Amino acid sequence: MKLLLGDEAVALGAVHAGISGVYAYPGTPSTEITEYIQAHAPEVRSRWCTNEKTAMEAALGMSYAGKRALVCMKHVGMNVAADAFVNSAITGVNGGLVVLAADDPSMHSSQNEQDSRFYGKFAMIPILEPSSQQEAYDMMPYAYALSEELKLPVLMRVVTRLAHSRAEIAVREPLAQNALNPDNERTHWVLLPANARRQYASLVEKQSQLLASSEESPYNGSKCKTQGARLGVIACGIAYNYVMENDPQQLGVSVLKVSQYPLPESTIKEFAAQCDALLIAEDGQPMVEEQVKSLLGAGYVLKGRLTGDLPRMGELTPDSVGQALGVVVEPAYTCAQNVMPRPPALCQGCGHRDVYDALNKVAAEYADARIFGDIGCYTLGALPPFRAIDSCVDMGASITMAKGAADAGVHPAIAVIGDSTFTHSGMTGLLDAVNDKSRITVVISDNLTTAMTGGQDSAGTNKFEAICLGLGVEPEHVRVVVPLPKNMEEITHIIREEIEYDGVSVIIPRRECMQTLKRKLRQNKTK
Amino acid sequence: MKKDIILAGVGGQGILTIATIIGDAATAAGLHLKQAEVHGMSQRGGDVQSNLRLSTEPIYSDLIRQGAADLIISMEPMEALRYVPYLSAEGWIVSSSHPFKNIPNYPDEEALMNELSAMPHVATLPIEEVAKEHSLPKSANMVLLGMSARYMEILTPEQLRASIARVFASKGDKVVADNLKAFDLGLNEQ
Repeated sequence: MKLLLGDEAVALGAVHAGISGVYAYPGTPSTEITEYIQAHAPEVRSRWCTNEKTAMEAALGMSYAGKRALVCMKHVGMNVAADAFVNSAITGVNGGLVVLAADDPSMHSSQNEQDSRFYGKFAMIPILEPSSQQEAYDMMPYAYALSEELKLPVLMRVVTRLAHSRAEIAVREPLAQNALNPDNERTHWVLLPANARRQYASLVEKQSQLLASSEESPYNGSKCKTQGARLGVIACGIAYNYVMENDPQQLGVSVLKVSQYPLPESTIKEFAAQCDALLIAEDGQPMVEEQVKSLLGAGYVLKGRLTGDLPRMGELTPDSVGQALGVVVEPAYTCAQNVMPRPPALCQGCGHRDVYDALNKVAAEYADARIFGDIGCYTLGALPPFRAIDSCVDMGASITMAKGAADAGVHPAIAVIGDSTFTHSGMTGLLDAVNDKSRITVVISDNLTTAMTGGQDSAGTNKFEAICLGLGVEPEHVRVVVPLPKNMEEITHIIREEIEYDGVSVIIPRRECMQTLKRKLRQNKTK
Repeated sequence: MKKDIILAGVGGQGILTIATIIGDAATAAGLHLKQAEVHGMSQRGGDVQSNLRLSTEPIYSDLIRQGAADLIISMEPMEALRYVPYLSAEGWIVSSSHPFKNIPNYPDEEALMNELSAMPHVATLPIEEVAKEHSLPKSANMVLLGMSARYMEILTPEQLRASIARVFASKGDKVVADNLKAFDLGLNEQ
């Protein structure tokens, strides 16, 4: 038995299923999967990728070559990888390919709570949704076998609460990796329209096999049969735990567990016929609820997130599910009076603090300065005491939104982006700005790491000046500074100069992240 | 037997180390365990908590129900109060009495401590001061774990001590001895 995080159970399950490579960009709550493989499976290729799209494509390449590959990302990473992801269902796979999407209901560390199961349905591939850490581990060899049998990628969806919770895991004997065996069938892989039409027809034809697999899946089925139950619950993924925590047997409720999609329609119809009403418990958006509604027709009584029996948004809890099942909870103690919210903040001594101090100083000298932010620790510059940024939307959007706003006449238009976010999705936008001679000032706040997710390697470290020059930023407008309070005068002076330049400027404040610095000092001390 | 424990504190205070030690002890004792943690943005000085569930029977939910926690262990008094809706009627709060003020609107300290002391089952100690007095400034969290050991029931202090020795083993004998000393200070205090 091993005590593992859900993410680590996914990682070990994949390693024991014989993967030859994991491809990923860090993103909460998926980061620990790749970190675990990096630390424990040197035989598996595991270096971080520049973004989720490059990760998805490299994993597809490994699958093309006949080996098993895992690609991991947070839910919004699926948007970045979507082009490659959806088309990997058209090419199909050779070696098994599992795409792991870690969703974040309640947005603990994210800008939305989109439900990745929709992507699986959209791409028309099987989806697995483990209910527990053990199931996450057990499902991996099953997922790879399914992928190789159907010749399709398989999407596995987990949520924060599973990814970041530990439980004991029983482990199996590892499987050997596949031998090198590149696919010779070019018509599968060259998606010219004539080939693509054939491949898509084959994908459509496979749907009955996908459905049959769901109907027979060991992960779907009746778990709690209660004689004469009037209410049935369809419990999807982790929601199964919250249902079982409420002791359905005692409540006189029947339970159908669903952890593999497409939805097993016959199983659901059969289950519905034995009950008078169904509660759909699913973490995320009401995908199953909508499908079951059209499956059973308007006459059947359904309860779920759409009907208000469960909250429309946010993660499920044993309490919210209990309430939907009619369990009355009366806490012994009400909320305390003397409690205030404690939001996160930039670390003391963090270089981003000096960057925002400088930007705020200079921005105050202009009537309508706008600062476009991005995704990372420095998003915390939106909160007091800085209140420095006007937007934060998606990876890389700082540069492109500043450009669009400058095109519209905003001046000064300043972008603040981290080093890792810049190489993830900022470089292409910078090229647009250079080609258009946009009047923007880009601040690449370089702390030499991917800090927000815990200090992973950053793809562009030591390359930023070269990248900017290569994209065509003028050498005299690529400025490097050290963000420290003692350099404030120099930094503000440079920001003023570059704001006044009628074109693209890049300022690179560079100082190591306090967290990675502290970690290094600690490690040196132990040595 | 089943014990639902909420560990609370501020990002960076070391609650995950407490969770690791309890988790290790539970695994060694052959107990079932679920331990939900907070990773990501909140670790930057925000409020953090961990739901720890230990049981002789299999456990379903990673999260503890409202009104069901047997124990709240908190590195900070306001953070202890944050989770009282999760505490059962007979549940205990074991908390540091030393406020960590990194927000401008931190509540009035006296009112806060009065509200905490008014809870029926509560044990507090200035764990940072106790740790410093005994020249163990980095082991305040182990003083707190020692205090909590008296209410844990499902694990004995000896099982927790054995776990401390295992978890800190890679850091050398001195670190192990310091943390055990801090644990005993908490255990024998009051």
